[in-house]
Amino acid sequence: MAELVAILATTHHPFYYATSQLPPEQAPPFAAEWVRKVGAYRETLTRARPDVLVMVGSDHFHQLWLDNMPQFLVGKAPFYDANYYNEEREFGLPRLLLKGHEELSAHILREGIDAGFDLAFSNELRVDHSITCPIFTVRPGNDLPIVPVYTNIFAPPLPRPERFVKLGRALRDIIDAWPSDLRVALIGTGHLSLELGGPRQFGEHGPDPDFDAQAVQWIANGDIDGCLASVTLDSLHAPGNAAHGFMDFMLMMGAAGYSKADYVDSLDLFHTMEAYFTWYPNGASG
Amino acid sequence: MSKYLIDKFLFTIDRDPELVERYRCDPAATVEWWETEKANQILNCISGEASTWLSFTEEERDALSVHDHVALFQLGAHPFLTLTLWIAMFERDYPEPLGMQRDFATRLAHFNLPYPDITT
Repeated sequence: MAELVAILATTHHPFYYATSQLPPEQAPPFAAEWVRKVGAYRETLTRARPDVLVMVGSDHFHQLWLDNMPQFLVGKAPFYDANYYNEEREFGLPRLLLKGHEELSAHILREGIDAGFDLAFSNELRVDHSITCPIFTVRPGNDLPIVPVYTNIFAPPLPRPERFVKLGRALRDIIDAWPSDLRVALIGTGHLSLELGGPRQFGEHGPDPDFDAQAVQWIANGDIDGCLASVTLDSLHAPGNAAHGFMDFMLMMGAAGYSKADYVDSLDLFHTMEAYFTWYPNGASG
Repeated sequence: MSKYLIDKFLFTIDRDPELVERYRCDPAATVEWWETEKANQILNCISGEASTWLSFTEEERDALSVHDHVALFQLGAHPFLTLTLWIAMFERDYPEPLGMQRDFATRLAHFNLPYPDITT
């Protein structure tokens, strides 16, 4: 059977790529520490020696639109073009071409549907920065095939937090049961407190530092029950109008189970907090 | 109220560089043209098929026609769509990095939770 060698849950910050490319004399004061922390985080994936990446993210109204909006969607294609004109324009993100892994996509779709998740699929998916930000940060060589899994954290009505946790658990079971000898890493990106397009956006910190501190503790400690006891669709309006992206972290907590993260780091940036977590389900295989 | 159609306007303008400039320079005419020619296009459908029933309310048309992002927020437009398009159109007018984004927020400062519902 396949081996799930690492689970990575992190924020995705579309400004990282451009910031990391700046020469030191033009870089903002926080850039060096940011690049150093991302480099250390990258090593937590590298050491697990994955062969294929299952990547959880959320389309930001690029390909998925309100006339046909899936709650959970799995890409099943041999390739994925990536990044869009407005991401080049706003963040300076380059276009990419990622390889797909159709066999694993098919397995996740079949087993996921049979497990009670009516997963949508796409045979021609152009992924956006929710998938490419972690490529830029933890696998910049873009040398591994991926299976993209999109969640709707963006266009209400949304699935509830419990559903994200359950899907994370199911994804772990499905990967564990994949008849393959490949090493799989599960990488998901979301947000802590975040406001976009509202009165609390782009402050000196994230809009709700108390939430951020609590969220880091929930994730780091594998405290799924504590998190679920506090977080609801309604409660997530308080830490920001884009804070429903935290449910992608909850999906990753579901995958990691009731386990303390093996690696925890964070960085308080203007307008949001960056956070980096890694679990090694079978021990830190090196 | 047709939050969906406001979002569709913001979405389709934002993804086309030519329309971004056209909406920046001549918002009222762009809104009028779009409502006549584009509002009923089904985006995930082949051309030739269209809807027949979509139009703005007067309040929505007015808000879009004068670039009133505060009114759009009140009407429940998706704030990510509004912000992204506003950055494309107006960030260039501010000398400081994030100046546009902070001004955008300041103009919304009178809103408290719960914000207007964005559910479509």
